[in-house]
Amino acid sequence: MARKGILIDVDRCTGCYNCFLACRDEHFGNDYLPLSAAQPLNGQFWMQIKEIERGQFPRPKLSYIPTPCMQCKDAPCISAATNGAVYKRDDGVVVIDPVKAKGQKEIVKSCPYRAIFWNEEKQIPQKCTLCAHRLDEGERRPRCVESCPTGAMYFGDLDDETSEISIKAKELNAGAFHPEYNTEPSVLYAGIPKKFVAGEVVLADTPGESAQGVKVVLDGNGEKCQILSDSYGDFEFEGLEKNMAYSLTVEKEGYATYTTELFTRTDVNLGEIVISPV
Amino acid sequence: MTEQVFTNCTNAGPVSVYMKDGKVQRIRPLVADEKDFKPWVIEAGGQKYSPKKKFNIAPYVHGERRRLYSDDRIKYPMKRVDFDPDGERNAQNRGKSAYERISWDEAIEIIAKEITRVKDNYGGSAISGMTSSHHNWGIVGYKMGPFPRFMNMLEFTPVLDNPDSWEGWHWGATHTYGFYWRLGMPEPYDMLGDALQNAEMIVFWSNDPDTTRGTYTGQDSALWRTWLKEKGVKTIFIDPFHNYTAGAMEGKWLAPRIGTDTAMAMAIAHVWITEDIYDKEYVKDRTIGFDEFKPYVLGETDGVPKTPEWAEEESGIKARTIRTLAREWAAKRTILSGGSRGGEGGACRTAFGTEWARMMVLLQAMQGLGKPGRSIWGTTMGAPSDVDTWFPAYADPEGRIATSSVAGFLPFNPTKQRLWRLTLPDAVLDPPVSWYGEGFCGQSLDQQFTHFEYPMKGYSEIKMFYRYGGSFMGTLSDTSKWVRMYQSPKLEFVVNQDVWYNSETRMADIILPACTNFERDDVGEWGACGGYTCHASSGSNFRIVVRQQKCMEPMWDSKSDYEIFTLIADKLGRKEEFTDGKTELEWVETFFNHSDLPKLVDWETFNKKGYHIINIKEDYKPTPALRWFAEGRDCDTPDPNNAKRGTDKAKELGTYSGKIEFASESLRKHFPDDEERPVSPHYIPSFEGHRSDSFKKYGLQLLSPHPRFSFHCHYDKHTDWLDDIPIHRIKKDGYAWWPARIHPKDAALRNINSGDIVKLYNDRGGVLCCAVVTERIKPGVIHSYASSAKYDPLSPGDSRSVDRGGCVNILTPSRMLSKNVPGMTPNSCLIEIEKWEG
Repeated sequence: MARKGILIDVDRCTGCYNCFLACRDEHFGNDYLPLSAAQPLNGQFWMQIKEIERGQFPRPKLSYIPTPCMQCKDAPCISAATNGAVYKRDDGVVVIDPVKAKGQKEIVKSCPYRAIFWNEEKQIPQKCTLCAHRLDEGERRPRCVESCPTGAMYFGDLDDETSEISIKAKELNAGAFHPEYNTEPSVLYAGIPKKFVAGEVVLADTPGESAQGVKVVLDGNGEKCQILSDSYGDFEFEGLEKNMAYSLTVEKEGYATYTTELFTRTDVNLGEIVISPV
Repeated sequence: MTEQVFTNCTNAGPVSVYMKDGKVQRIRPLVADEKDFKPWVIEAGGQKYSPKKKFNIAPYVHGERRRLYSDDRIKYPMKRVDFDPDGERNAQNRGKSAYERISWDEAIEIIAKEITRVKDNYGGSAISGMTSSHHNWGIVGYKMGPFPRFMNMLEFTPVLDNPDSWEGWHWGATHTYGFYWRLGMPEPYDMLGDALQNAEMIVFWSNDPDTTRGTYTGQDSALWRTWLKEKGVKTIFIDPFHNYTAGAMEGKWLAPRIGTDTAMAMAIAHVWITEDIYDKEYVKDRTIGFDEFKPYVLGETDGVPKTPEWAEEESGIKARTIRTLAREWAAKRTILSGGSRGGEGGACRTAFGTEWARMMVLLQAMQGLGKPGRSIWGTTMGAPSDVDTWFPAYADPEGRIATSSVAGFLPFNPTKQRLWRLTLPDAVLDPPVSWYGEGFCGQSLDQQFTHFEYPMKGYSEIKMFYRYGGSFMGTLSDTSKWVRMYQSPKLEFVVNQDVWYNSETRMADIILPACTNFERDDVGEWGACGGYTCHASSGSNFRIVVRQQKCMEPMWDSKSDYEIFTLIADKLGRKEEFTDGKTELEWVETFFNHSDLPKLVDWETFNKKGYHIINIKEDYKPTPALRWFAEGRDCDTPDPNNAKRGTDKAKELGTYSGKIEFASESLRKHFPDDEERPVSPHYIPSFEGHRSDSFKKYGLQLLSPHPRFSFHCHYDKHTDWLDDIPIHRIKKDGYAWWPARIHPKDAALRNINSGDIVKLYNDRGGVLCCAVVTERIKPGVIHSYASSAKYDPLSPGDSRSVDRGGCVNILTPSRMLSKNVPGMTPNSCLIEIEKWEG
């Protein structure tokens, strides 16, 4: 037994879409029966790239989360299928049988990650197979992983503790995207963006100079974090949980203290925070 | 049927082509034997950096299969239905009328007859024609091979290219630090090692290398930037758009008003001078003219000190931010990344863009350009790379069948008349036109001062136009004038030879179907330009020369460009002159034998295996770019086109003085009184910017940089898989729209939401796009990439029609960089935007 999976380091993904296009090239118009039927031209994204834009001008951030089928250990699509149309191979790859799955639209709906697509013409559900047809021929990795220029994707056996993917997953503290779905995915992620709070401290009496080294304190969610503004007077608290209340304080000796309350429904750019001498 | 695997190369990476039952099944990054790779290693900060044994091709190359079989392929020779070479030509209907299929015999007959007629009546100079950039790869079939060889036989009038990606560097930076033989780009040698070992900060100024990818080298350099990010090198991005490299590297973003970058640069110099934090010794020993520059910066000559506060007024960037940037730049070993190849960048394609490019060089000179970590480097070239093994590249005269000494016979074109690409429509519609500059001025600085006038005395105006590859509607400026040109009866005959239907294809009288480089034999090195971008393949982690194997017969009725010109030449009774008695495959072998490759691999092995990787030698010694100059040594970099190298002037740069020139001696000699490109650089407010009269009517600035998911126009339109990438096109109501990015404030004022179809417009035209509301754009700026290949006017044939294909270049101005500088200024463009109600 094995559990083939992909580890995706979001911090290394530049959003080049190589993985999406390599997948298209491998599967568009190409049947690999009995593992997969050809990808049609429209509406199917076996490797879908989610663009995440966070923050506000001039402090936005940009991330990409490539999302293939998660090859879940506890795959809802297997339970949703009748007739054994979806099954797990010995290497952990979850396969939708293109013949047996005909007409079973429930399979599409069962996936919380929305990684299964309906082929209207053929009346079948379809998804990523980790290029199982290639692995069976002795190729070492799926096309998406092969095409990644920055090494943002690792492929291997998660059941083998000595594999590169297992070692890397441990090192990067990788986990599931949406662990709340409880499906035990074999596609793991590191660096999924959370919320951040940013701003720029400005000293009212010296607006022509950046306010470096001013203490900024963020209090909330049971934690108190303190940082100093950088050379531009900028500060940033990254990796915050969403929908949390915080209070932020800017303090400098001889200046009036600034305090504000904020809520991480979205990422927050407080913009210029001007503090004046007392 | 068994699977067959062929090797081939594209303009952004080498590939393996898998054929099954006569059809391409997949196209992968070239699969090479692991034993063939000997990766280099750079040691820095206790780490060893080394690339993986693979080729990181550009995204769109993964769509080659789709492009190969595209419905947009020109399948058969076509004739415009209302074109009769012996009767009514109906030039006014170009772009409007339909086409009918004709046979190759008929097409060749018409073309040969027209060539003969035009030549007999007016002389060879009445024939002109031109190519587009890089729709295929391989030196034998490349645009600089068969096309000019054939056209030279006709003694045609060549159209000089403008350096459309790096205008300001070509026309400005060269007068500051030379490198005219690199058209204004700095030498790139071993800059990756220098960055990893020495850099503390990189200022990306108008540069998005993750998008522009060092021109041809795919995504190999993406890994280098990942290393630099993970190493903790600080990054600054100066760009009105929070570009994709900024997103990936998470640097500090500064978004100046378009056209004010030079003001910011002046203010940085002001801080350095007034705070005495620049390399005075370097300025004294390695530069001239600082005494002319400094008083301008301090305001002694014009009463305006170029302080950060002054620059804030112009650029919108806070004075304190400029001050901090200046101080950090001085305090940290800082690389200036002023464009993909070092120079380039949209800021140089603006009004007076020479001044910004010159300032980039001068700023770095004030901090010791060439010292460790003090380079000008685009982050896309300069990996360790073998330079001893020569293989001809497309821009090498020795790599073109039109000019190489391997040819037994070389057609000579005696015609001295020239056209200028940007003013070609004006030249046809409203001659005379004149300009300074001999196209790509790579032979000397003085070439930039050669005056041209069209029509040239003793030559004919052009009557026949032969277009080959590509789309100018989406790549040049004020492009609706191309439609008017094509509809002029002064162009008696127009041919368009291309692989795909592009924006100008249906403006021809005869259309000829060429095939791709997968359907013919060729050879090419990945990423190699040669010529004025010598050693460009150092942008790849591995040099690889690919035997571009013919994977299939040309599809439908298409033929290779070489074969097409052979047929026409044959009809003219001049076949041998054109072919030199060689087939394409024989040219391939001839070039192979002419190169250094036979020292490493024999022809049979290379031909069969399909590639050869040229690794660095074990005793590789880095020679970092410009270190020799900074240290006052003879040039030790292997740049063969540096004419002073190996002479008694080997310590010098390519400027007149041999030093970096704060006051340019070449400009002083030729244009001493030019206020738009003064001897020492100035900040000059844009002729189409926030201080222009038209700003009241058109209050938004259009930024149209080079695109992320196509190469110029190539791969767009013909590779519909890319339409599923919302950065590239957005599908709505059954149409794939070109995105236009707008800040929420500007969008709210106009009641525009993401996904709305909007019209971008000004007095030059209107273009429909799909709105993307984003915080990643400066308020007051609309970002929409140049290079749409789809020109889709609502009223076909009407040059004033609104286009829904996304050719935003229609909106950009015709006006040149400055009066003596014939470069394009697409980023000096004011527009308004509104929801399109249809």
